[in-house]
Amino acid sequence: MSLRVDDLTVYYRSLRGDVKAVDGATFAIRDGEIMGLAGESGCGKSSLGKSLIRMDARMKHMRGRVELDGQELPIADDAKMNAFRFRRVSIVPQYSMSALTPTRKVGTVARELLESRGEGFDEVRPELRRRLELVGLSADVLDRYPIELSGGMKQRTVMVLSTLLDPSLLIADEITSALDVSSQRAVGELLVEFRDRGFVKSMIVITHDLAILYQIADTILVMYAGKLAEKAPAETIVGAPRHPYTRLLISSLPEVGVRFDETRLAGIPGKPPSLLSPPTGCRFRDRCPLAFAKCEEEPPFIELEPGHEVACWKAAA
Amino acid sequence: MPLTEPTQSGVALPAEAVADAARSGAQTAPAPGVPAAPRLHSELFYFAFRNWKFVLGSAVVLACVAIAIVGPWLTDHPPLAFDGPTDQPPSSEYWFGTTSYGQDVYSQFVHGLRAAFLVGGLGGGIAWVLGVGVGFTAGYRGGWIDDVLNMLTNVVLVIPTLAILIIVAAYLQVQSYTTEAVIIGLTSWPWAARAVRSQTFSLKTREFVEVARLSGRSTRQVIATELAPNMSSYLLMTFILLFGGAILIGASLDFLGLGPSESISLGLMMNNAFLASALLLGSWWWFLPPGLGIVAIVGGLYVMNVGLDEVFNPKLREL
Amino acid sequence: MLSLDGVSKVYKVGTFGGKRLRAVHGVSFDVAPGEVVSLIGESGSGKSTIGRMVLGLSRVTEGTITFDGQDVSRLERHRLHAYYGDVQGVFQDPFSSYNPIFKADRVLTLVKGFFPGVGRREWEDKVEAALHAVRLDPGTCLGKYPHQLSGGQLQRLLVARALLLDIKLLVADEIISMLDASTRIDVLNLLGDLKARGLGVLFITHDLSLGNYISDRTVILRHGEIDEAGATTKVFGNPLHPYTRMLVSSVPQLHTKWDSAAPKTVAALPESDAAARLVEVEPDHLVAAAGVEGGP
Repeated sequence: MSLRVDDLTVYYRSLRGDVKAVDGATFAIRDGEIMGLAGESGCGKSSLGKSLIRMDARMKHMRGRVELDGQELPIADDAKMNAFRFRRVSIVPQYSMSALTPTRKVGTVARELLESRGEGFDEVRPELRRRLELVGLSADVLDRYPIELSGGMKQRTVMVLSTLLDPSLLIADEITSALDVSSQRAVGELLVEFRDRGFVKSMIVITHDLAILYQIADTILVMYAGKLAEKAPAETIVGAPRHPYTRLLISSLPEVGVRFDETRLAGIPGKPPSLLSPPTGCRFRDRCPLAFAKCEEEPPFIELEPGHEVACWKAAA
Repeated sequence: MPLTEPTQSGVALPAEAVADAARSGAQTAPAPGVPAAPRLHSELFYFAFRNWKFVLGSAVVLACVAIAIVGPWLTDHPPLAFDGPTDQPPSSEYWFGTTSYGQDVYSQFVHGLRAAFLVGGLGGGIAWVLGVGVGFTAGYRGGWIDDVLNMLTNVVLVIPTLAILIIVAAYLQVQSYTTEAVIIGLTSWPWAARAVRSQTFSLKTREFVEVARLSGRSTRQVIATELAPNMSSYLLMTFILLFGGAILIGASLDFLGLGPSESISLGLMMNNAFLASALLLGSWWWFLPPGLGIVAIVGGLYVMNVGLDEVFNPKLREL
Repeated sequence: MLSLDGVSKVYKVGTFGGKRLRAVHGVSFDVAPGEVVSLIGESGSGKSTIGRMVLGLSRVTEGTITFDGQDVSRLERHRLHAYYGDVQGVFQDPFSSYNPIFKADRVLTLVKGFFPGVGRREWEDKVEAALHAVRLDPGTCLGKYPHQLSGGQLQRLLVARALLLDIKLLVADEIISMLDASTRIDVLNLLGDLKARGLGVLFITHDLSLGNYISDRTVILRHGEIDEAGATTKVFGNPLHPYTRMLVSSVPQLHTKWDSAAPKTVAALPESDAAARLVEVEPDHLVAAAGVEGGP
């Protein structure tokens, strides 16, 4: 297994108490697997992604273990994670178009990034140029300032820089959300290409857009209110989901071809619970049309079929 | 490439179950999350009184205000009367001692404090009204109005204020602190205008301004009812800084002997002390109180402002 | 009801307005009562600019906008005020649309000025009726601050505000793109129900699936010009312009993978002073001339 996550629990400090952003997440990703991490805003997917690389100082690692390629990641310790960041685990952050320092040339940013990890820029430069050309950018991007590049170009530059040292795990956090439809497709296909060429071993693609995950991900993990709801191959999640939340979510997505006059889609009434003091038992209970007495007890995230895990009493029955 | 075939698979749940959930969901009250809440009044007071900078600064300023109000009642020596022994150190009769001319330093000090607050309040107030007015107009209207007002602001900003004040004060022979305050007010508004203008620019693009416009609000109404209340913390802090700045400029003018000579102020006290070589004579009681007084008021105001900034902007607080 | 004729918007940029930036160029289309027209385009297509011009928030540089026969392109003061009794807008970011220091229902009291003679009781009844029309419970949303309500509730409240005025046309500028997937569809369904009651909607979006779901007619915009327009079923069922085809093929779908043979980019049209000419290829289906002539 390339990545193993065991009972990962991460809270955020806030003035009003602890926000239980991720609670007891347990899952695994194989080598070469692209896993989509989906859910709505506030479900904890971004927090889960960031906790694997420990990028947010407000995060408190409560418990849980993360193992990458058989080695434990020191995600509770900011200083120790430094050795792993960029080398073994890398991230393409949200708003990566703004991730490049505006007052420095791109090449300088790349150089500083590499040298901070103890890599010589000159040794890596030929590979860097090769990859830039691969994504459709000319190598003289390195001599430009970020303001001279378009949004799509910056996005691709950041993707190349983040994967320069061939990390084992890449976390892509909402990288297609701010893009136009045509750019979304280009970036999505680029992610798959990076995996196919071996620049990255496995990937976690975080987004709320299930449709784009269907296009590029091998498996999809759906989160709700800080907990894992369902994990299965992409075809299964879209074609035969078992968790009520996933089923309601899929049926609320309008595809090109569905029209209001013919088929009236339904949303999910209500709101996700507050993560400051989440309810006991299944967190989807209040909005779930299939809820029954047992749902007051929290359902475990268990494997119902090979490769298909669900946290629901009804689905397990 | 026809795409008319609906491609939704049959993943819908039993219809009645969904309808039931819809009915119960509509009655669920929304639970408040952990949002970036606006600073509500009660929260503001809570944080304000926990911020040591704000508390310390305002305590100092309020103490000076109290002294300015009450002080003159406690003495029956007029500030400018030459009726005491000269160069006396502090005693029970003359709490702050006397000057080289036999004047009561304490009396001068407390009257000087009053003058300082007058100059600060009036001068700062005029600058505030001008700066905020120009800033809002330029920021909201934009276009050529902004260009013109911007040019005006930059011109007044670039003029060396003190030099102009010196010339004007010498020419007009300022007779009262009111006049001095007005002159200060008319020349120190530009930086406030710039600050308010840039804040207005950024708020102007927020959609609630459009909603107000779509509700029929005019420019003036939008500024007054939508933008200004949103910027109230900013406007308050701007006033505090202008207040302190006006006192400082006033003291500088008085120290140079360009202020009114018929009454007394802290700066004038220091000027007199300097001219009478109080430093060489060792009459510390003459120049130390006014100097410390200015430092206390202006310093207290600035520290209070830094504290307020932390209160209004939670990101500056250390958690 | 609403008619745009050769509408253009040119911005003067640079110091003292030296350069010209053309955001919208020669756009013409109509919205009939009870009809939802989607204005679909990527960023920079000018769709929001058109929305703002229809709402009178931005000046029309060339061309005319007509509403119920009257020219509304350059309205001021009283006439604009009256216009707002018929046409209103809802924008993209629900949390930016509310002044955070005031309660959320202030957006309703803001329009009280349109009802000078109405008493308190009558006003409260009107408000309740409008809230019910958007399926909001008065008890849960009145008297609350914006941060205490969800994005979906805030957007619905804005639609309620528009309904209070009994408008004929709603300009919906990306109103659901910042909402979660599970609440999006509810707001969309709301628009569909209001359409059935006779409300016209100008639905501005970058999301083709949403446009296809809710609209009767569609206008595809690129760089400020119309590439294709017509009945939604025809534009999506038989896209002819290369840009439309590219857009449709790039939309990620839930049960079909991307077609690797489909084009991913379309060459930009050369700048010209004359607006693109639209050719009617079948009833209620127009395509820009360059797309037809250069097509397969």
